[in-house]
Parts: sequence; C-alpha cells; structure tokens
Amino acid sequence: MTVTKALTGPPLTRDEAIEKVTGKARYAYEYHSQPDTAYAWIVTSPVAKGRVLTVDADHVLRSDDVIAVLWHENAPHLGDVGDPTLAVLQSPEIAYRGQLVALVVAKTPEAAREAAAQLPVEYEELAHDVVLTPDHASLYKPEKVNPAFETDTEQGDPDRAFDASPVQLDQTYSTVALHNNPMEPHATTAIWGENGSLTLYDSNQGGGVVQQLLAGLFELEKSQVHVINPHVGGGFGSKGMPRPNVVLAAMAAKVTGRPVKLAVTRQQMFSLVGYRTPTIQRIRLGAEADGRLNAIMHEVVEQTSTVKEFAEQTAVATRMIYAAPHRRTSHRLARLDVPVPSWMRAPGECPGFYAFESAMDELAVELGVDPVELRIRNEPEVDPETGNPFSSRNLVACLREGARRFGWRSEPRAPRNHREGRWLIGAGVAASFYPTYQMPASATASVDENDHYTVDINATDIGTGARTALHQLAAEALEVPLEQVTVRIGDSDLPAAGIAGGSMGTRSWGWAVTKACRQLREEGAKSVTANTKKDIEALGEYTRGSYGAQFVEVRVNQDTGELRVPRMTGIFAAGRIVNASTARSQFIGGMTMGLSMALHEEGLIDPVFGDYANHDLASYHVAGCADVGALDIGWIEEADEHLGGAGTKGIGEIGIVGTAAAVANAVFDATGVRVRELPIHLEDVLK
Amino acid sequence: MKPFAYAVAEAPVQAVHQLSARPGAKFLGGGTNLVDLMRLGVESPELLVDVTRLELDRIEPTATGGILVGAGVRNSDLAADPRIRAAYPMLSQALLSGASGQLRNMATVGGNLLQRTRCVYFQDVTKPCNKREPGTGCPARTGAHRDLAILGASEHCIATHPSDFAVALAALDARVQITGPAGDRALALADLYRAPDEDPSRDTVLDPADLITAVEIPTSREAHRNSLYRKARDRASYAFAVGSVAAGLSLAPDGTISEVRIALGAVAHKPWRARRAESALTGNPATPEQFRRAAELELAAAEPLPDNAFKVELSQNLIVAALSTLAGVEEA
Ligand SMILES: Cc1cc2nc3c(=O)[nH]c(=O)nc-3n(C[C@H](O)[C@H](O)[C@H](O)COP(=O)(O)OP(=O)(O)OC[C@H]3O[C@@H](n4cnc5c(N)ncnc54)[C@H](O)[C@@H]3O)c2cc1C
Ligand code: SF4
Repeated sequence: MTVTKALTGPPLTRDEAIEKVTGKARYAYEYHSQPDTAYAWIVTSPVAKGRVLTVDADHVLRSDDVIAVLWHENAPHLGDVGDPTLAVLQSPEIAYRGQLVALVVAKTPEAAREAAAQLPVEYEELAHDVVLTPDHASLYKPEKVNPAFETDTEQGDPDRAFDASPVQLDQTYSTVALHNNPMEPHATTAIWGENGSLTLYDSNQGGGVVQQLLAGLFELEKSQVHVINPHVGGGFGSKGMPRPNVVLAAMAAKVTGRPVKLAVTRQQMFSLVGYRTPTIQRIRLGAEADGRLNAIMHEVVEQTSTVKEFAEQTAVATRMIYAAPHRRTSHRLARLDVPVPSWMRAPGECPGFYAFESAMDELAVELGVDPVELRIRNEPEVDPETGNPFSSRNLVACLREGARRFGWRSEPRAPRNHREGRWLIGAGVAASFYPTYQMPASATASVDENDHYTVDINATDIGTGARTALHQLAAEALEVPLEQVTVRIGDSDLPAAGIAGGSMGTRSWGWAVTKACRQLREEGAKSVTANTKKDIEALGEYTRGSYGAQFVEVRVNQDTGELRVPRMTGIFAAGRIVNASTARSQFIGGMTMGLSMALHEEGLIDPVFGDYANHDLASYHVAGCADVGALDIGWIEEADEHLGGAGTKGIGEIGIVGTAAAVANAVFDATGVRVRELPIHLEDVLK
Repeated sequence: MKPFAYAVAEAPVQAVHQLSARPGAKFLGGGTNLVDLMRLGVESPELLVDVTRLELDRIEPTATGGILVGAGVRNSDLAADPRIRAAYPMLSQALLSGASGQLRNMATVGGNLLQRTRCVYFQDVTKPCNKREPGTGCPARTGAHRDLAILGASEHCIATHPSDFAVALAALDARVQITGPAGDRALALADLYRAPDEDPSRDTVLDPADLITAVEIPTSREAHRNSLYRKARDRASYAFAVGSVAAGLSLAPDGTISEVRIALGAVAHKPWRARRAESALTGNPATPEQFRRAAELELAAAEPLPDNAFKVELSQNLIVAALSTLAGVEEA
C-alpha cells in the first residue's frame, strides 16, 4: 500500500465537539439514573501492610439507605484472570495503603459515602517499607520489562570503552512518582440482564479488554458482557486495563440485583489506578573529544508492588537513540509495600529520556559543543541495537527545524549569561522519540441504499480526536465526502480492536478502517469486514518510530527561585498527520505534561504512613494555564512507505518525551545549577 | 459526608444565636474551604448557618477616613474595588494572587480569614494531627513539611496560615469587627490569630459563635499607597504561597525611611508582622544593604526543619526585593 494522500490532513473540529460542549455527551457514571439504581463507595485501607481482621457491616446496615457491605468474607468468588489488582475483595491481605478492603452499596451516593466513612474495619498491621533507594535489599532483575523487552542488554565492552574514553560523564538522575489524573475519574455503571448478561458503561481506554477480563472474572461467555464507552474523559494509560471500579460495580450489581454506579474519588486515584514509578538512573557516557560516543550505559532502579509486577522500560529507548559501539542497559526493581505502578503516558521513554537527554546536555557542556550539534554527530545509520534500517528517521531534521524556529544559539553553552531585570534566562534542547506500534484490528464498512456509509470498529476516543481521524480516513478511502460517512466506535458489539494506548490506537484502527473502506469501494460490495493481522505480520524488518526535538526557554527569578517557562518549540516527525488540529493538541498536551513533570508533579511518598501524602489536586500540582506559555508546534512532512495502513505513526505520547530534559537543561543554562532530581523546586536554584 | 441541617441567617445577632444554641454548628461563607473539609471528614457540622445573605456585602468609607469591608464581600469584588486598588495596592494584589478566579468569586472576607491550614496531615482523617485531634501528635515534623512554618511554631504544630489576604491586612494594621454571644467587639487583626503553643486546635482567639461582620482598614497613608504584595509560588497561578511578603514604604525628604510595614506569609501559624525589621529600618537609609540586614534580623528567630530551611533565605529575599522595588533602588 502506498500513501497517495496529503501528508497533513485538514484541521477539522471533533465530530462530537458540539455534544461535548453542550453537555450532551454522556460519560460512564451518567447512564441509567433510575429509581432502583444503587451507588457503591470504596473503603480503603489506612494501613500499608497487614490484613483485614473483621468488618462490622451491621454497624452501617442499620441505616435504611444502606443496601449491602461487601468484603472478603462475603464477596462473590471471582475467576482468576491473572491480574491480582482485579481479584478484588478475595483475600484479607493488604499490600499497600489505600488498597480497597470493602465496598458499601446504598440508595444514594451520599449515604454510601457516609457509610463507607463510618464502616468499622479491624486490621492487623505489619511493618511496611515504601521508600525506593538505589541499593534496596529487595532489588531483583525482572524477567522482562514492559511490555516484553529484554531486561538487560549489552553490546561490546562498555566498561572498557568508558574507561578508555577521553571524555567521561557519570551521573545519577532521579524522578518521583507521577499520578495520571485524567479529568474524568475511573467510573462504571453496571447492569445485569435477566439472561445473565452484563452491561457495563465504563470509563476505559479499550472496551475489548474489559469485556474479556470481566467475562473471565464472572465466568461468563465474552458475548454475555457488553462494554459501552462512547466518550472517555482521558486516561493517560491509567485506563488501559480494567480497574477495580468495573469489577466492584459488576459485583455490587450482582449481589444487590440493582444497577450500580461507582466512581473512584480523586484521592483514591492516587492508590487504585496506577501511577508512574519513581526512578533512579545512573548514566555513563564515554566520548571522543569530538563528541562521538564510544560507550553508553544506562542503569535503572525503580519500584514495583508486592501484589503485581510492573517493570517500566525506562532504558529501552536508550538502546537505539544514538550510535555507540559499546552499550549497556539494565533494569532492577525493588518490591515495596506501595500501590501498583502502571502505564502513564510514554512509560519508559518519558523518565528515561529525562535522564538520558540531561546527560547528553551535560556531555555537551563538558565538551564545549552545541548540544544540538552533539546529537547530530551521534546520529546512527542503522538501529544500533538490532542493525535494522530505520523505516524513516528524521531526528536531525527536527533538531534543525526546531533550532531555526526557536532562534537557538548554535554555540557551546555559557550558563548564567542572560538576564532581564531580576530574571535569569536560559534555553534548553532535548530529543524526543516514541516507537511505532500496531495491533491487529477489525473494521466493517457498509453502504446503504442511499449511498450512506457506516464504518464500525470498537475503537476508543479518550478525548484525543480519534473518532474524527477515523472519520477522515474512512471518507478518504471511500473517496466520498465526510457527510456521507458515519463512524461508530466505543461499543464491544462492534468489530474488535485494540486499546487507545502505546500511541497505536489511530494507527491500528485507521489501518483496519482504511482497508475495509478500500475493499468496499474496490469490490463494490454492500458490506466488508477487514482485519489487519496478516498485514501487520507482513511488515518488513525495520525500526519504526516517531522523532522530535524540543526547545524550551526558562526564566528563573533571582529573588525567589521561581521557575517559569514562557515558550516552548516542539518539532516532530511522526509520519502522516491525519488531522492538523487534533494532532497539534496531542503534541501540546504531551509537552504540557512534560513541563508539568519537570516543575510541578510530585507524588510525595510518606515513609511513616506509606501513602502518597499529597493525594489531591490542591497539593499534587499539575501545570495550570498560567504555567504554559507560547507553544510553537510543527512537524516534518514525512512519507514513510514501510509503515503500512494509512501511513501514520503515533502522536499521543511523543510530546511528553524529552520535555523535562529540555526544561532542566534550560534551567542549567539560565542559572548554572544542574538539577538531577525532578521536579525542580524553587529552592533548588535559590542560591 | 455526615447529614447536616442548613439555615439562612437573616441578621448577625440571629446568626450568633443559631450557633450558640447548637454546638457543632458552623457559619457558612462561600464554602470553598468548609465544604471541602466536610467532604474530607475533617469538619462535620450538624448545622450550617449561611451568612452570605446578611447584607454584610458593602465596602464603605468610615467616618475617620478608612474603609469598612463587610465580611460577606467576595474576594474578587474587594480586589477589584477602585478605592482599594488605589489606596491599598498590596491588599488588592494579595487577593488576586490567591486561589483561582472561580474560588475568589465565591470566597468571602470572613471565610478567607478563617480558612484552615493546608497541612496535608490536617486534611487526612486517617492520620494523626494535633490540630484536628488534640493529643494525637504532629507527623508533619518528620514528614511532609516543606510548606510549613519556620517562625513561631511549637513542638505540637508547625502549620501555616494559608491566607494571602490576611498577610496584607496584618501589614495594614486592619481591625476585625465581631458580633458574639456577649455583644459586639473589635480586635486588631494581629490579635485575632494565635500561636499554636500547647493547643494548635484553635487557630484564633474567637469563640465558635463569634461572627466576623467586617474588616476595618485604617485611613490610607503613604506607606499604604506605596505598597505591594509579592508571592513566591510553585505554580504561576492557583497555588498557595511558598513564601510571601506584604510591604509598604514611605521615605522622608532626605531619603531615609519614615515608615515601613512588612508582613510575611507562609512562615507561621499567623500572618507574621516583621516588627523587628520595621524598627531596625525606620529612620535609616533605604538601601538594599539595610533591607538585607533588617530581613536577616527578622529571620534570626527562625527555627526551620530540613525541608523548609530554604524559607529563611526566601523570606529574606522577598523582603529585600519588595522594599527595593518600593524604594526604587536596584538590588545587587
Ligand atoms: C484549590 C484552592 C486553592 C486556594 N488557593 C489559595 C491561595 O493561594 N491563597 C489564599 O489566600 N487562599 C487560597 N484558597 C483558599 C480560599 O481563599 C478560601 O477557601 C476562601 O477564602 C474561604 O472563604 P469562604 O467564604 O469560601 O469560606 P468558607 O469555606 O465558607 O468558611 C471558612 C471558615 O470560615 C468560617 N466563616 C465564614 N464566614 C464567617 C464569618 N463571617 N464569621 C465567622 N466565621 C466565618 C466558616 O465557618 C469556616 O470555618 C484556595 C482554596 C482552594 C480550594
Ligand atoms: S503541623 Fe499542625 S496541622 Fe500539621 S500535622 Fe502537625 S499538628 Fe497537624
């Protein structure tokens, strides 16, 4: 399949824009508000390790409004689907503070909430350990890192090459726990039908996996579970898998015989729905005097929980970003009594590139070369890890175009050299990268007697504009105007497709949609269902990925250390851009979140109590509008014939990769202070 | 949250009666702090007496040339008042630096003064806290205390008062008018708040049934007009102060300082009037070196903890920066 269409599609407004701004778009918690609907409220553990001894349900069941209290002694048995976070209320064991221990079901949400607050639960409390340290006694080597990468890799003799290098850099960088916090908290409305079927309005990034796992948990046929999610208010990875809310809602509906609604509170989200692990990353770079790298070593320590392993692939992107004959990456996990970490926008690449691209900047300073130039000098010809050719790789083009648009001074760094009044001014650069993934998907295209086309696929639009992009791709493949096409998504009755995750949603769904629509047009059929499994298997041996370069200006107040970012430039090379407007929003969103990671977001682990002490949005800061200055976004027109499908890569995550390094590098340029722990606080640069 | 009754008060005296008659009742202003704390289970009043319809919503000149601000005036309205902006810029700036547009539209003068600390342990009922539950301990001391007090704290509590507005009022020598069970009285704002001492559960000297009816701002003078509020914060908006200063300055014809007013925010259980610095500066030349010396003198009493030690320097810098701006001199 060759790409024949424009490389940048028109900036169309989202199909559902009017529905959303007028409040007509319904979200999971807003369905089925009937008199018999019951409301469930989660009770969480105030101890970080131990077990539940007893729950005095009668104490709250005295209230007429309270219908049921579920805990491990009376909760229905669940099937084993291999995910301990979904085996809710099945055992008394407590593995972290904020773990759910009981569920109250009542006639109103207020009654459920109050009963949950009053529910007497007795605990046995054991000593806990929640603090990640670089030499933690529990450190171990996981079998693979997310999703299935080698844990450690080594090429050549990195130690010797490092020792022999005339220029050496050896630094350790660390990041804190970060919490996804999509606008819409995790929520479910669950309804059991008379025939034993289960209908779930659930906020997730993929209804298919919810359908499959819920069928397993409740020992149903997949066809008996119907998952509906036409609108989802964000996820950032935290809704990539079913979360306890959907299991609990289904359980409560089963026990009470009523439709049940359940929403996770913002505070509960800090322990129940995943977060990004903190990381400690040692990086060693050995270079020639001209900047060419001999040795790259990136060794990562991070945490996982005791109930379920999650191994963030923090050093994986380091394996292929720059050329060097000798290289090593490794990942070690500490098993702590902490909530279960999971996916958060660009797991792996995001924290990994903060550290690695900071190290590249330090090396550029050490060498006295322009950091842009240092990256260009280390551009590999082929994938340094596999030896495969790149399907396309436009990092250098992004760096050059970004430097031009930003007004980058192409010279060695000379920190603390620019000021305006009481503000020190600096600029920083970093590279971005995100791999191109794809998942098999099915789509059905059909046409009716009035020449109106319908395209069906169980894709999920978590606010990205995916629905609109699929609409555009369908109309393009059908060669008809948009008005002649309806796209239906967000329903497990539609043809199966993967999740909105790994930046592969629109790419994978768009591939199936394009294929079905082309076939329909070419065959003149009434209805065609296409699947992309074979096409994906037939993809050639290339390294595929999106690249980018980010440039950031930082201002640091000399009196207070306050850090502000008046402008950022991000230039990306990410294959075909289907919708210029929604794509721009993805890049803006990613970079904003990266800025937020650099300067604001900080899950403060409390060693004494074992939880994230600042578990609300008043104390866990995310960047606000006033923190985000001018964002100049652009992309390189990129035709890549080895991508298949609609010629698209992924754009959802790359924006967050590298931003924090660019900010930290700019802070160094402004102040001369190199901060190696995120987030950067005003006190770090106050001196 | 616990079910509660709601009543609208029609007159201040009636509101006070409603509260005296029912222990566990609370006044409700804009609700932007109280309702949050009720959701968290930190507050569980049985009755809310809404005091926003009491017609305490006027901003009027007083007979002596000051301004009387009703306790029900919304933060946004007070910040926008042209008289306040012209005669007391630090007050308007302090209000505008707080919270968000939406919150300021709801928040009242009375509620702002009586908002509770943002200490994360105070807000989490699953943890001990002497302020919330006397005698249970103060985990902040060894836990999350970056945002907490460096001055005037006690071993029992290191909470800070979070209001920006109150800091400017302290610098202005504002007075608070109160209707209580025993009748009307007035207090200097500086005397409204207490140090945590042995009993951090009480933020102020007020009785639970004391209703704040107004805040009286003295006649405007040069050190009020030549004033500013400078707030250091982690986010450019919508964030409590990490450190702040309200400062006013007037110079004699010979360039020496004839009057200086300094109050610090985010450093203590109450707005911290920097009296030592003020007296050290009065009569002296208005130079950055003098400002620095006075700031150091004021902060000499600081007893910081590891994670908030930086607030000493931050507060000193804020004082020097604010006074330098007001004096029109360049810092080094
Ligand atoms: C996310 C967030 C960020 C914020 N950021 C800032 C900030 O940066 N700076 C800042 O200064 N503030 C900030 N605030 C706090 C905000 O200013 C206060 O919540 C607000 O001023 C409280 O006013 P209110 O009228 O809503 O009070 P309420 O919540 O109604 O009441 C607060 C307390 O005062 C009592 N009360 C109310 N009126 C009276 C009266 N007339 N007499 C006696 N008692 C009374 C109530 O009983 C209650 O105990 C923030 C708040 C939030 C939620
Ligand atoms: S500082 Fe005060 S409010 Fe915070 S935990 Fe200690 S006693 Fe409670």
